[in-house]
Order: sequence, then structure tokens, then C-alpha cells
Amino acid sequence: IMCASAKYNTRGPALIPRMKTKHRIYYITLFSIVLLGLIATGMFQFWPHSIESSNDWTVEKRSVHDVPVVKLPADSPIPERGDLSCRMHTCFDVYRCGFNPKNKIKVYIYSLKKYVDEYGTLVSNTISREYNELLTAISDSEFYTDDVNRACLFVPSIDVLNQNALRIKETAQALAQLSRWDRGTNHLLFNMLPGGPPDYNTALDVPRDRALLAGGGFSTWTYRQGYDVSIPVYSPLSGEVDLPERGPGPRRYFILSSQMALHPEYRLELEALQAENGESVLILDKCTNLSDGVPAVRKRCYKNQVFDYPQVLQESTFCVVLRGARLGQAVLSDVLQAGCVPVIIADSYILPFSEVLDWKRASVVIPEEKMPEMYSILQSIPQRQIEEMQRQARWFWEAYFRSMKAIALATLQIINDRIYPYAAISYEEWNDPPAVKWSSVSNPLFLPLIPPQSQGFTAVVLTYDRVESLFRVITEVSKVPSLSKLLVVWNNQNKNPPEDSLWPKIRVPLKVVRTAENKLSNRFFPYDEIETEAVLAIDDDIIMLTSDELQFGYEVWREFPDRLVGYPGRLHLWDHEMNKWKYESEWTNEVSMVLTGAAFYHKYFNYLYTYKMPGDIKNWVDAHMNCEDIAMNFLVANVTGKSVIKVTPRKKFKCPECTAIDGLSLDQTHMVERSECINKFASVFGTMPLKVVEHRADPVLYKDDFPEKLKSFPNIGSL
Amino acid sequence: MQTRKKYIFLTFLASWLLLFFFGGDQLRRFTFFSGRKAEARRNWPRWTDRTLLRSFADPEELQRDGDLSLLSPRERRAAWLSVYGSSRCRMETCFDFSRCERHGFKVFTYPQERGQPVSETYGKILSSIERSRYHTPNPEEACLFILSIDTLDRDHLSAQYVRNVDEKIRGFPLWNGGRNHLIFNLYSGTWPGYTGELGFDIGQAILARASFDTHSFRPGFDVSIPLFPKDHPQRGGDRGWLYQDSVPPKKKYLLVFKGKRYLTGIGSGTRNALHHIHNGKDIISLTTCKHGKDWEKHKDTRCDKDNVDYERFDYQELLHNSTFSIVPRGRRLGSFRFLEALQAACIPVLLSDGWELPFSEAIDWGKAAVVGSERLLLQIPSAVRCIHPERVLAFQQQTQFLWDAYFSSVDKIVHTTLEIIKDRLSPHRSRSRLLWNALPGGLLVLPEFSTHLGDFPFYYLQHGYSPSTKFTALIRAVSQAGSLSQPILRLIQAVSGSQYCAQIVVLWSCEKPPPPSGKWPPTPQPHCVLLPQLSHRFFPFEAIQTDAVLSLDEDTSLSTSEVDFAFSVWRSFPERIVGFPTRSHFWDPEQGRWGYTSQWTNELSIVLTAAAFYHRYYHSLFTEYLPAGLRDLVDGLAACEDILMNVLVAAVTKLPPIKVTQRKQHKEGLVQKAECGDGAAGTPPPGQRSPPALHSAPAKAKGTAGSRRFSQRQDCLDQLANWFGYMPLVSSQLRLDPVLYKDQVSVLRKKYPGLDK
Repeated sequence: IMCASAKYNTRGPALIPRMKTKHRIYYITLFSIVLLGLIATGMFQFWPHSIESSNDWTVEKRSVHDVPVVKLPADSPIPERGDLSCRMHTCFDVYRCGFNPKNKIKVYIYSLKKYVDEYGTLVSNTISREYNELLTAISDSEFYTDDVNRACLFVPSIDVLNQNALRIKETAQALAQLSRWDRGTNHLLFNMLPGGPPDYNTALDVPRDRALLAGGGFSTWTYRQGYDVSIPVYSPLSGEVDLPERGPGPRRYFILSSQMALHPEYRLELEALQAENGESVLILDKCTNLSDGVPAVRKRCYKNQVFDYPQVLQESTFCVVLRGARLGQAVLSDVLQAGCVPVIIADSYILPFSEVLDWKRASVVIPEEKMPEMYSILQSIPQRQIEEMQRQARWFWEAYFRSMKAIALATLQIINDRIYPYAAISYEEWNDPPAVKWSSVSNPLFLPLIPPQSQGFTAVVLTYDRVESLFRVITEVSKVPSLSKLLVVWNNQNKNPPEDSLWPKIRVPLKVVRTAENKLSNRFFPYDEIETEAVLAIDDDIIMLTSDELQFGYEVWREFPDRLVGYPGRLHLWDHEMNKWKYESEWTNEVSMVLTGAAFYHKYFNYLYTYKMPGDIKNWVDAHMNCEDIAMNFLVANVTGKSVIKVTPRKKFKCPECTAIDGLSLDQTHMVERSECINKFASVFGTMPLKVVEHRADPVLYKDDFPEKLKSFPNIGSL
Repeated sequence: MQTRKKYIFLTFLASWLLLFFFGGDQLRRFTFFSGRKAEARRNWPRWTDRTLLRSFADPEELQRDGDLSLLSPRERRAAWLSVYGSSRCRMETCFDFSRCERHGFKVFTYPQERGQPVSETYGKILSSIERSRYHTPNPEEACLFILSIDTLDRDHLSAQYVRNVDEKIRGFPLWNGGRNHLIFNLYSGTWPGYTGELGFDIGQAILARASFDTHSFRPGFDVSIPLFPKDHPQRGGDRGWLYQDSVPPKKKYLLVFKGKRYLTGIGSGTRNALHHIHNGKDIISLTTCKHGKDWEKHKDTRCDKDNVDYERFDYQELLHNSTFSIVPRGRRLGSFRFLEALQAACIPVLLSDGWELPFSEAIDWGKAAVVGSERLLLQIPSAVRCIHPERVLAFQQQTQFLWDAYFSSVDKIVHTTLEIIKDRLSPHRSRSRLLWNALPGGLLVLPEFSTHLGDFPFYYLQHGYSPSTKFTALIRAVSQAGSLSQPILRLIQAVSGSQYCAQIVVLWSCEKPPPPSGKWPPTPQPHCVLLPQLSHRFFPFEAIQTDAVLSLDEDTSLSTSEVDFAFSVWRSFPERIVGFPTRSHFWDPEQGRWGYTSQWTNELSIVLTAAAFYHRYYHSLFTEYLPAGLRDLVDGLAACEDILMNVLVAAVTKLPPIKVTQRKQHKEGLVQKAECGDGAAGTPPPGQRSPPALHSAPAKAKGTAGSRRFSQRQDCLDQLANWFGYMPLVSSQLRLDPVLYKDQVSVLRKKYPGLDK
């Protein structure tokens, strides 16, 4: 029967006239119902989000109080105490992490349980707000996996942020019964307030065997370098108070101490400093006579003056962060948020994220013994450096202290970097604030190397069909002693290059590369045939350069291998009337670009031009068939931060053939186009990278009163 | 039939619909849409009452941390020492800072005892310390002490092993439980365990040791040093092998290893597995069993074939032709291979779990080496292949920088160790990690000068700073006349005419007192006269506040436009010396020494400081960085200071100085006056580096004084090269001129028309 109906359906239209009307109506209704059903199903299938998320939402619509209860028998096992000799290679099971193309570790979070002892008493608070935020952040991050078998790192949902809020033995028992505990291997615990009275240990006292500890307040004795992670003590004030970033500049106080619980000995020393240096030092204390309802944590007092906390921190250049009973202090976070430079006085304290953060750039660390000298030490810091430290302090807060999410992700990233060291985040990425990342350059050819002369250079001639002129260029260039190879880039797809026998005979290898498309960017392609570092880009009509001039250009390039070294120079100017950049080819006293009609540069820039050119510049240049040289000038200046080097007096390339078309109107449109290029590129780069200089390079004895025959480069040519 | 069919059909349809509407969800889970389902992962729940959760600590608890009736800070520090003892020393517990307060960081080496020969290497270490600027012969002044007992080799099977060290040490009155002592060690422990056993009690001494393991390393207290061979040069040192920056690296091999395979014992785990990654193409990993006396006893089936392969390749050749090199642990954690790979720009792939890398307190090894895990050996090839070519290039350059800055000689290794310890004494005046890991390296950057990067000439580009827009002119007056000579008056006028001149400082080194202030020509800038008690002109005078210094001799003749142009050039090259009259050096193969010439040549490598711009930091470097011994040497040879300055700057930058345009007519005059008859000592034979002797321009005054002076300068250059261990000077073939220099264009167009004359 089913087959029959299917048959009717497929052959529907042909059968209909032969059927009875009753049946026809019936089938049409049937068909529409099926259709409706399909549409409805389709809606369910392809509109899944509203349905699914509301579905999941109902699953999630749970309270922390509803989580399952786990009873811990009194004799359930307790893990060993933390093993101080643990290092990644001894206690961490790296095989769980595996090699993966993304180089990301996978983190699993145990589901939340409520632990009670035999008598039904709670072991700890189920979860604190901060720990919930932290786990949420991990769960939302790229690191998270819900598959316990694929995980490399396990994060228990047992909240041990504050040791004082839990029962040590029972918490340890709770840890030990986790499904993948395995002596704590690859488990990560987060703790911010370790130790308890009277000795205040600097690491979590809960026995945890091999588990990694992300702890606030480690000392050099408890911190297992390269294994544990030192994290900040989160200050909940960060979330409550909004302190806008304050610009650099002098502040009302030089040194400020805002901590309420200081050991009397420290307080005495601070007060001595204040007595010595007067008003610029402010030592605050808790307020004794606040009216009811005012939260004591948000006020500080000096004598009868009342200050708002943490706002008062913004009034000072330096803020003291002294150790209390514990080494890690939440005030550090407040101080950084205020953009106040922390003066950290806590011997043997492992600063937060010290494995990756360079605290010397954001803080002043003073040994406890040297507290009396604090004032003079701080005075000796140059003002410019203080401003940078303020900026750096604020940046550290924004990036790594601001929220539990920031803390969690930085911790995981540090562990990730240890497991995939070859994909680790660099010092600069961790430490440079965005402003520095923008304004600084990192030269890819930073090592001061003067390439050996013997290497020579490869001349790359881009040509279309001017064979006669090309041959003259080849003959001329081949006279340069340091030429090691000549590469002709044949950019004409419609015409074959001349036969081998027709090419000029020269002393170095000559290779012809045929291109697939007539594009200007072909001239800057990093051909495998280029075996030298130095490339001489030369047009097929540049015949006026003398051999001495080219050889000298190469010698200059050797001294500046990370720059463009060329002959005619050009300049960019700011047009105040039009409010935009203008291209200038007049013979000015300054240069900021060189034409690549003949220029030496490092092959690396070919690689950059082809693969790393920002934005759509490369395609834009190919489409407009112009400005490839300006693009190259921008690229090199942007990546190195250095100017071009113009060599010899040469001001323009005169070519006999061009004189005919060298009309005035053409010249003007040319200038307009070139100016447009500069404006376009400056907007793509987001800045004007070109550097203006007033000098050019000549041979040492150029135009000196000296016998020409003794000069290395006597024939330097003219304008 | 029809009706039945109809009903069956209807039922069938209804059930389908029901299934779609109500069971769709379940259906989707296992049918066509399973792909979509997998994406929805079980995230951490969004608790309904998450905002109501309690904070982990209430604000009060956070702010009043702990109770106040605790041990006093001082008592606690004392308690730490007793609790942790010397095996867990830290600077604050085991080091006596007070010893370093009065005289600063001074290092004392115990006098060598008779009948106690030290090994060649330890001799080098001791002499490095004695050559350093921190050395003191007086134990009273010292902050750090170095034993004269050779502790480098503590393998008691070794011939170098010194016995009864404990007894000897106890005999030293200065020992003091090892406090403030620094002990060097390269080898410790012996077959089969190779533990860190030293065979004597170091007490509270700092240990500078090679092959340090993270477990016994006392962080912030000990120093891990590299293992270096016996023939490691005392100073100077060979340069790295990288001559070419290419992307992608054009090397024949990707990854190489050639070394022993341990069949048993410690370290065999890794060494025995290395042959697995050999692919015979771009990964060459060769091992041999032939080592030790009884290797044949342990030999396995691989040995014979491996030994044959092993002989086919040359280790040096492999290093030259490979991008990466495996540096596995040997019996000990460190190996010579590490420095060899570093020098060869062969990026080290470290397989030495638990090795505290050399100078890890300062050096960021992640920028120069791949720190692999012994356990993940088989992943190394794919991991290394994934590294981008640009990153490989950066790695290669960094290996060369590190090699040259910290490792190429015993001097550098020892001085780096001392600087690391010195930096701990005053954390606020120490080098940030950035300074250690960027050119020119931590040894050449003095935190005493400044801790701000913008104050040094090296970091302008990296950090977006720019050098100051003004300069200070520093004129040295030596003429014996009591009044001001004509040249100096003209000079002051010319310099003060520059809009970039911030102030003029005159160094009055004459016997007669300087003229009263009324006699000086009026200048728009403030000027001051200094009476240096110190012998040299490169003292970091307080009066110099600008980044740029224009150093001048009183008889130099310059015009304002020359000064202006040179300053604009200096702003482009703030780390170099930019000046007018130049000299060059060359290797004289006949006499086997360095030659110096003042003749006009096509090259230059020295810019005379009679007229030159440079960064004021070089004053500090000159005065504080160079050890007293070298300055004595220079003082002994008159007229050598400026050569030393050039050598120093070249050693720092590895770049030549820059010559700028100078007007013709006074060149002769300047040369004659400043260096009467340099050329008089006769024409030095043509050298490799210098073109054949050229026209002897200023050879008019052939006085004996002149020739003595010339030979002194010749000696000076030679001795400096000897002292540095190599010739730092670099030659340049160019001069920087204004863009329109001597061009046939209207004078009105030119910014510096005066220079054309």
C-alpha cells in the first residue's frame, strides 16, 4: 500500500484526471497536510535556537541550593600534603594534553556538589560569587571542554578561594573522591586567601597532593616555580567602584598608605617617614568615629580628615602595599586600578603572574629592611618613568586584575604556555599596554648584521615588452661587480620572451620568470630564484645609472640592510588647505621615500609585501597599476620605524623614450594619483609611518679635492 | 479496499505528524541533525541565584588581613632563617646586604695559595673577576667573596677534584658560614647518579652552577650558568655564525642531532629514543654507542648500523646547515651542545626536563629556544615544522644576540653572573626583563644611569620615544693662554647660532683660571664653565641634561649650518657617533697588528671627538662601565680617549660611526691643528682592510711630537683591540650629505647652502 501511495504521489499530475473527484479532493487534502507537517517540522529544525535555549534554560534554571548533596564518610581518604618538589615534568601528565593544531589545553570543570560530613554538616559554603564567576569564565572560554575524557586540566568546583571559609580535612576528602582525582594530577585549585592564624601559611593548607595551585600570596618557599601560578587577591571593590583612568601628571601626595591593618612596627616606620617629609606623605588609618550606615571599608581617616576609599588612591603618585598577616593583599588591585604606582614591601612575596609579568615596569619593590629609605629611593625615579609606571599599573589591572574572568584566563594561558612553549605568548604581548603596542615597532631584522659583500645582490627587472631597453639595462647592470644573478620578470602573458640566443651574454646567471597575470606586485614576489639577501629592483628603462653608482648603492645597503636604499627621493607633505597628504617630487631638502625604479632592499620585504601587506593595499595597487613603490616605502617604514636612504645626487630617472609623453597635464594627473595613494595607504596603516630626513648618502670622498683615480666610486653620475 | 487503504493511510500520516511534533527533539538527536547537536556543550550552569551568592571574603576581612598580635616583622624574618636553613636560602635570609652598603657592590677574590693550582678554566673565571670593575683587593670593602679553591669539577673521579674542601674552607677567617660567598661549579656528582652532590658544605653561599636542576635551585639566590668548554675564550670571543637573514631559512636540514646514545643509566631515557625521529631527509638524528670503555658489553642490535651512519656526517657541518638542533640532556642536564647551537644560530630544541636554564632570572629563553619536553620527543618534528618562518628568523637573530651579549667569552659569563647578583641588591635600581632581552643586552645598560628606557640611546624605536630636540655643546679648552683664543670665540659663536643648542659647557683644563664671566661672548643659551679635576672629557657631567652631546675641541672650526645638519643626522642615528673629521683602522699583516691611519681613505671607522655628536649615555658608559685597568691604560697613552670612545660605541652597537659633510677649507686646518702630522709616522703598509695608501693630505708638519703622537695612537688601537679580545671597530664607506649637496640647483632652494662651499 505504501508503495502505491508513493507511486501516486510521484506520478501525481498524470494520474489526477483518471481519478474520481472524491479521491482527488482526498489526495489534495492529504498532500497539503503532509506539506504543512513538513513545514512545521522544518521550522522546528531550522529555528532551533529559541527552542533549544529555552529548553536548556529551564534545565539551568536552578539554584545553587538544589545541587546534589554528597556525604563524605569520616574515613574517606585524604590526599597527601602538597608535594613541594613537583614540577611540570614530574607531577603533570602531559600526555593528556596531546599535540593539537590550535595549541590549546582542554579544561574540564566538575559539576557542582554540596559536600556534607557524616553528621550532615556542610564542609564549606557551596560556592562563592567569585568562584562562580571564575568557573563561568572558564566555561565560556576556548579552553573549556565538557568531555572529561578529552580534558587535560581539571578544575574542581569545590571552592577553596578562602581557606578560612572551609574545613580543611573534609575539603581534602572531597577533593580525593573526585572522579579523576588520581593523586591530584592535572588538577588546578584556585586559592586567594591561604593560611590561617596563627602562622598564616603562604599556601593553601588543604592537603592536595600533586594538584597545581593558583594561589594568591605565595612566598618563595611555598611557590613551586614553573608549576604553581601566582595570582592576585581579587578585590570585590573593582566591580563596585568605577575609577576612570587618570592621565599622567603630578598628584597631590607623593606617598600614600591606605592599609588599615598594619603591624605597629611598620606603622611606626611609615609615621617616621611622614614626620620627615611632611605633607607629601599621607598615612591613612581606619576611621574610628563613623556614623552608622557608612561602610568602614569605603572610608579612611587621617586625624579628623575623612577620605573616600579607593578614590583617595588616585591622589597619590606612589601607594604603599605592605604585607599583612598574608603576603598577598587585595589592596594591590585597588592601587593598580587607581593608576597609582605600588610600592611593594613584602619580602619573599611572589608577585601575581610573575612568571610572565615584568613588575619592574609597573611597581617599585623595596626590601623590608630598606623601608626607612623609601622616600629617597622613590625620589630618584625619573618623572617620565613614573608616568609610564602609572600607565603600566593601570594596564595590568585592566588586563589581569579587573575581574575573576581576567584572573582565570591569565592563569590558564600561563599553564597553556608551559605545555605548548613554542606557541607561547611573548613578553611584549603580556606586558606592553595597547598604547605602546601601537606606537612601537619591532623590527624583524633587528640584529645589527652587515651582510658579507661576497654575497652580492640579485637584480630583478620587471618588464612587459620593451625588449631593446631591457637588454640595455641587463648589459649595464651586469657591469656591477657585486651582481650575482639577474632575474627578469616577464609580465606579458600574450607574448613569449625572446629566445635564449637573443639575450645579452653576461657573466652572471640570467633567469626569466614568466608570470600568470600582468600585475605590479609580481615585481615584489619573493621568488625562490632570489638567493641573496639584497634585491635590486630595477625598471626595464633605467639605463642612466652608472656601475659605480649601483655598486655604491649596494655598499650602502649593506650598512643599512633593513632599509630601502634608492636613488631619486620623494617627499610626502601635509597639505594644510586640503587637510590631507600630498606627494611631492620637487627637488626638496628632505626625502621620505625612494622610487623603486631602482632600489636595493632586503628580500624579507618581498615576503612581507606579498603575504603581510595590511588591508587591501596589494590588490588596490594591482588594480590601479600604480604606487607599488609608495606601498613598499610604507611597508618598510612601518615595520622598521626607520627612514629610507637616498644615495647619490640622482633626482629623477630620465629615459629617452619617456620624454615624448612627459606632458604637463600627464604630470599633473600623475601627481594627483600619487597623492591619493599616500592618503589611501595612510588610512589603511592607521598612521603615517614615513620618516622625513634631510640627508643622503655619498661616497666618503665624494666631490672632495682628491685624485679621482684613487676614489672607490669616482663615477657617481649627476642629477 | 479503498476505505481500508484510506484509514491505514490516515493513521500512518497521523503518527508521522505526532512523531514530528512531539518526538522531533529525540529524533534529531540521532538522525540527520546530529552534527548540530554536538556543538551545544554542557556549560557551567547560570545559577538563578548567582547574584545572591556570598563573596569569597567580606571586604572587612580582606582589608584587615589577619590579626595584629603577630610576630614582629623582624622576628619573623629571623624565624624564616631558622625554619628554612641554608638549603632553602633566599637573599633576604642568607645574604648580608649591609656589607654592600658603604662601598657598593665590590667583589673580593681570595688570594691564591701556594701549592694549590687551579684549573685553567677556574683561572679564567678568577681573572675575569679581577678584570671587572667590581673587583677590590680589600676584603673589608667587599660585598661578595670568591674562593681561590677550584670548585669547578666536583666529580670525585676527576683529576681536577680538590680534596678536603670543607677543612680548607673552615680555615678561612672570612668564610662566615658561606655568607656573601659565590661558588662556581661546572660539574657535580659522578657515575652513575650524577646527583648535585658537591662534596662539601656550601652553607649560605650562593651557587653559580651549570646543569642546575629546578629542584635544588634556590630561586632568586643561586645562579644557573651555562656549561662552557675549557678553551672558551677569556674575552672577546668568536662571533655567531649567522650572516644571512633569510625567510624561509634556506637550510638543508630542519632538525639535527649527533651524539652519544646511552644504553643504560641516567639520561638514557631520552638519548635512547632520539633515533626514532631520524627520517634521513630533513631530520637527521644520529647516535652512536661507541663511548666508554665497555660499550660493546651493552651494545644492542641498532649499534652497528647506527655507528656507520654516525660516521657519515660531520657535526660542525650539520650545525651549519640546520635550522634547529636538538639539545638533549646528557648524563647531566646541561651540555656543551647548548652553547654550540646558540653560536651556530641553530635554534636549540631543549630536551632536558627540570633544567634551570642558564641565567633564567634574566634571559627570556622562549625567544631563542624551543623548550621541549623529554616525554614528548615524538611531537618535536611536527611542533618545529609549525613554527612560522618569521618566527624562525626572530629566533635565529635572538640566539646570536644572546650568544654575543652573554655567552661568547668567560668574561661575559662571569660578568653576567655578577650583574644578576648585583641587581638583587637594589631591586628598584635593576634591569627589567626587557633590558636583558633586547639589544645591546643587560651588561651594556647601566641601571645606575637611569631606569627609564627613554634615557638610553637604544630603545627609541622599540618604544616610540624620540631623542631630545636640543643638544649640549661640550667644548674642551686646553690652550695655555689666560684669555680666550680667537678659535674658541668663533666656535662659541657658531655653536650658539644653532637653534638646537640648549647650552654650552666649557671644560677648562688649563692651568690658568678661566676668564671672568664678563669676558665670554654673549650667547642666547646659558653657558657654564666646568673645571674638571678628572682627567678625561667623557665624565658624566651633571651639567649635561640633553640626550645629545656635541663634543668639540677649542680649535675646531665649524659653522652653524654644519652643526644644524649634523644634529639632524644624529637624530636619525642616536646610538652612533656622528661627526666630521674621521680616521680609519686596518689590519697590518706584516707587523701582525692593527694599524691606524689619518690619511684620506675611502673608508672610515673612527670619528674624532673633536667635533662629534653622540648620546650622553656614552659618558656614563665610558666612566662607569670600563674597568679602572683599561682607563689606566688609556691614561698612560695620551690622546687615546677618543679612540677608546669609538671602540666602546662600536662594541655596543656593532655599527660604524657616521661621517657628515664638512666644509672644505677648514678640514686641512682642523687636521693640522688637532693632530699635527698624524701621517708623519710614515705610510703604514697597505692592509687587508684598507685600500693602498693614498695621498697623504696633512703631511706638512713632520714634527717629532707629531710622530710620537701618531705611534701612540697606533699603540692605543692595538692595545684596545687586545683588551676587548677582538676589533670592535666597523668600517663605513659612506658620508651623509644634505639632500641637495653640491647639486646644480639654485642656492635659494638649499637648506644648507653653506656646506657646498
